Amino acid sequence: MDALMTSVFGLWGPSIAKTFWILLKIVAVVLPLMISVAYLTYFERKVIGFMQVRIGPNRVGYFGLLQPIADALKLLFKEIILPTASNKVLFFLAPVLAIAPAFAAWAVIPFDLNLVIADIDASLLYILAMTSIAVYGVIIAGWASNSKYAFLGSLRSAAQIVSYEIAMGFTLVGVLMCANSLNLGKIVMGQAGGFWHWYVWPLFPLFIIYFISAVAETNRAPFDVAEGESEIVAGFHVEYSGMAFAVFFLAEYANMILVSMLAALMFLGGWLSPIPFIPDSFLWLLIKVAFLLFCFIWFRATFPRYRYDQIMRLGWKIFIPITIAWIVFIGGMMQTSWGYLFH
Amino acid sequence: MIEFKDFVFFVLSLVLIASGLSVITSRNPVTAALSLVLAFFNAAGIWLLLQAEFLAIALVLVYVGAVMVLFLFVVMMLDINLDKLREGFWDYLPMAGFIGILMMVEMVMVFKTKQFNLPPLSETLPNASNTELIGNTLYSDYVLPFELASVVLLIAIVSAIALTLRDRKDSKKTNPADQIAVKRKDRVRLVQMKSEEKYVKPKAKERT
Repeated sequence: MDALMTSVFGLWGPSIAKTFWILLKIVAVVLPLMISVAYLTYFERKVIGFMQVRIGPNRVGYFGLLQPIADALKLLFKEIILPTASNKVLFFLAPVLAIAPAFAAWAVIPFDLNLVIADIDASLLYILAMTSIAVYGVIIAGWASNSKYAFLGSLRSAAQIVSYEIAMGFTLVGVLMCANSLNLGKIVMGQAGGFWHWYVWPLFPLFIIYFISAVAETNRAPFDVAEGESEIVAGFHVEYSGMAFAVFFLAEYANMILVSMLAALMFLGGWLSPIPFIPDSFLWLLIKVAFLLFCFIWFRATFPRYRYDQIMRLGWKIFIPITIAWIVFIGGMMQTSWGYLFH
Repeated sequence: MIEFKDFVFFVLSLVLIASGLSVITSRNPVTAALSLVLAFFNAAGIWLLLQAEFLAIALVLVYVGAVMVLFLFVVMMLDINLDKLREGFWDYLPMAGFIGILMMVEMVMVFKTKQFNLPPLSETLPNASNTELIGNTLYSDYVLPFELASVVLLIAIVSAIALTLRDRKDSKKTNPADQIAVKRKDRVRLVQMKSEEKYVKPKAKERT
C-alpha cells in the first residue's frame, strides 16, 4: 500500500504543476472553441437570413445574440429518446466518438509561433489520423440506432467521408512537399514574407480541392446528402434527440472550424500578415478563418444539393487525378531552376 | 516503484489484451470489429510510448481510419448467423491450437534476437525525429524494396477490381458528359393541339 501511495505521489508530486498547466492550456483552447461553435451557428443563421432577405434570429437578447445559448438550454432540457431495439452502449458512444477527434485535433494547431499545446514534428499526420477516425461516430450512430433511415444515412455519409479523405490527404502531400516539413508551425513559417509567398499560389488547384473536400468531409451543403431531408429524413442522427443530437451538431461545427483553420495555416499563411511591414498576429489567423467559414455558409445559401453519384464521381474521378497530377508537376518543377517558386 | 510511463504501458496492454480477447469471443460481428479498432488504438499507444510516433500515427491512419471502416461497412450489412459459424469448433480446435503454439514459438524466437533488445531511440539519438529517420531510410537504403512493395500493392488493387467488376445489365449508369450536353429541344416537345372544350356540368335531375 505504501509503495502504491508513493508511486501515485511520485506521479503527481513534482509534476503536478506541469499537469495543471497542460490542463489549463487545453481549457484555454476548448472553451473559446465551444463559444465559437455556438456563435458560428448564430453567424450562419444571420448570414443566410440576410442572403435570403430575412432578418434571422432577433428575439433573444440584442440582435438575437443570446439565441445560441437559448438553443443550447433548450436541447439540454429535451428528453433523450433511446430506441427500444438499439444497441445502448454504442448508441451513446457514437456522439462521443464524433466529437472527440474534432477536439483532439486541436492539440497540435499552432495559433502563433509558440502558442501551441503540443509542438510535435508529425503534427500534420496526427491531424490526418484524427480526422480519419471521425467517421466512426457516423457509422456507429447509424448502426446502433437500428433504423433503416439512420443506417442508409450513415452508409452514404461514411462512404462520402472516406472518399474525400483521399483527395484531402493528397493535397496535404503537396503542402508538405513545399514546406519540407510535417510540422504545422514550420509549414506556416515557410510562407513568411508577404502574401505572394503563401502556398495558395503554387498549390492553387490543391487549395481549391482541399476546400471543396473539406466541405464534403464535414457533410455541409451542397454535399449534405447524409441528411438529405427530402430523401432520408435526417441521415445518421435521425434517432438522436436532446443533448445527444446537440453533440453531433457541435462536432459538425467544430470540424468546420478545424478544416478552415487548417486551410488558413497551410495555404493562407496562418498568423502571418499579408504585407511584410504590418506585424504578424493571431488576429490575421482569425480573419482568415472567419473568411473561410463565411465561404462555408455562402456555399450553403447558394448551391443546390449534389446528386449522390455525382458526389462520388467528383471525389474519385476528378479530384484524385488532379491532385496526383499536380503533385507530380510540383515534384518535377522543384528539380528545375524555377524550384524556388514552389518553396 | 512504478513510473508513470510503466503505469500507462500496463493500462494500454491490459486494454489491448481485453479487446483482443473480445474480438474472438464476442457474439456480434460489429462488436468484434469495434474491439479490433480499440486494440489498434492501444497498440498505437504502446508504440507512442516507444517514441515510434510515425508508426503509431500510421497505424491509426491506415488501419483504424481506412481498413477497419471498410471492414465495418461489410460486416454491418451482412446478416451473419453466428451459430452456423461456430459449427465444428471442437473439430478444428486441435489443429488451431497446434498452429497457435507454433506461432508463439516463432514469436519467442524472434523476440530473443538482439534487434529486439535495442535501447529506445531517445537514448541513442536524443534529438532525432522518428518520421524523418524513417523517411530517409525508406527512400535511400530501402528504395527498391519499398517501390517493389508498392507495385505489389498496385497489382493487388487492380486484380481485386478485375475479380469483382461485373457489368450489370440493369445498371442505371449515366454518362455525365451526355447529361451536361443535353439541350432544351432534347427534352421538351411543343405540341399543337386544340384547347379543351368547356365542361358542361350535368343537371341534378338527370343524374337520378
